[in-house]
Amino acid sequence: MKQVQFSRREAMVLGAGAATVTLLGGVTGALAATATDDAINAFTGGATPSEGKITLGAPEIAENGNTVPIDVSVESAMTDDDHVESVLVLADGNPNPGVATFHFTPMSGDATAATRIRLASTQNVVAVAKMKDGSVYMAKREVKVTIGGCGG
Amino acid sequence: MAKVKPRVKVPKKAAAGDIVTIKTLISHPMESGQRKDKKTGELIPRKIINSFTAEFNGAKFFSADIDPAVSANPYMQFSLKVPESGEVKFTWVDDEGSV
Amino acid sequence: MMKKTVGLGVAASVVLAGGLAVAELREGYVYFEPSSEEHPLDEIISGREFRDDATRALQEDDFENPGFLSLEEGEELWSTVDGSENKSCESCHGDVAEGMAGVGSTYPKLMAQGGKTTLTNIENQINTCRTERMGAEAYKYDKPQLTGLTVLIKNVDRGEPVNVSTEGDYESWFKKGEELYYTRVGQLDMSCAHCHEEHYGEYIRADHLSQGQTNGFPTYRFKWQGMGSLHRRFSGCMKNIRGVPYAKGSDEFLALELYTAWRGQGLPVETPSVRN
Repeated sequence: MKQVQFSRREAMVLGAGAATVTLLGGVTGALAATATDDAINAFTGGATPSEGKITLGAPEIAENGNTVPIDVSVESAMTDDDHVESVLVLADGNPNPGVATFHFTPMSGDATAATRIRLASTQNVVAVAKMKDGSVYMAKREVKVTIGGCGG
Repeated sequence: MAKVKPRVKVPKKAAAGDIVTIKTLISHPMESGQRKDKKTGELIPRKIINSFTAEFNGAKFFSADIDPAVSANPYMQFSLKVPESGEVKFTWVDDEGSV
Repeated sequence: MMKKTVGLGVAASVVLAGGLAVAELREGYVYFEPSSEEHPLDEIISGREFRDDATRALQEDDFENPGFLSLEEGEELWSTVDGSENKSCESCHGDVAEGMAGVGSTYPKLMAQGGKTTLTNIENQINTCRTERMGAEAYKYDKPQLTGLTVLIKNVDRGEPVNVSTEGDYESWFKKGEELYYTRVGQLDMSCAHCHEEHYGEYIRADHLSQGQTNGFPTYRFKWQGMGSLHRRFSGCMKNIRGVPYAKGSDEFLALELYTAWRGQGLPVETPSVRN
């Protein structure tokens, strides 16, 4: 008899375990999304970003999440009256979404920048540009981060 | 800790009005504050370069606020529209305020 | 040594009966002919060929390649006087490009050390110079200073074919290295050959197994987010198979360094390479 009996306590423990896992998963997901949205809102002052003008370059698949090359460029005349003030770069799946904020001036000539970043896992890289006139533009790209072999 | 050493690549010559590409690389571990010491299990304190500034003849033309998600030995590439001949100055600041 | 390129336009992967996916290397990978008929491989492939376009591009850009930060540290040390004898490397060897030509591609070598002749690699030789000639303290293995100088010296021979001696007095070291290469160790009970001879090119998790070639060391490795020596990599491999690594700079690792260098005899030196 004993071997077919599933004790109530075991069943409860199993159930609770499963529930905890789901809950945690949900919470982290939600938190990360909020943190990214919050960072965008703080940067734009609540303005809703439009599409276009900003180009975000990143590999489709990154060999190693420790060093992922990215570049951004924003179309702009880069004059005193009409230029890109700054570009916020976020990674929505990292423990903290912030990556970097680039600040430009008309003397930059063009609003382009490139760097290498860390991505904890497969996720979206987001770039938001803020123009002199207050308008904001956003671009997003998914980067798949492979799990290394012995590379880890 | 290892010495912090920058490398910069700026074209030596450019006509006034040209837009030139500038590249910089600096040795720095960019300790994120997220890693644990394998022996003690304690978090290794964050120590990163948190800001970078580029000036031309004293006028700032590019800067970056940097988070721990920028890779070790930070690389930055950006542009400058050269108004006249002059000098480009770069400043990196880390969490301890050293350059 | 013939350099060859092949275009592998065939199927992207083959699934074996056992369910192992055999990945193809990228198209047009470069391989070299083995140096002798006894060589266990029929093609010799640098670790570079197992890396993606972005990683190779990073290695090939002498400005962006972070290994050059280490090389520049070595450059500075080369001419820095240290120790009781008031000497720098430069005092005896002169300009590094001339004084160290032909060194990086031919080490490890038999050298006099502490009164006897023994196999030594560049790291150990730097320390011998420091303790026996400069009156300075030896650098600890994998300290940035030692790595920087090693990168500097090996980089002088970048592009030169690896050309180590294995005969005569070298033979016993060579045999010892060979034996270590094929000896199973660790809880996983594996030898170097299991991965790097029998299964190179195949996936290990989401990455390719390489041939374990040594021509790019010291290397800038993404996993390390910094530089590391060949002995650090040996050590990491042994830990991966749940073994207890030999000490860096030990006779065991030196013998293995000689033997693995021979397995890559003819490959161009790539130091500082960029790896995953």
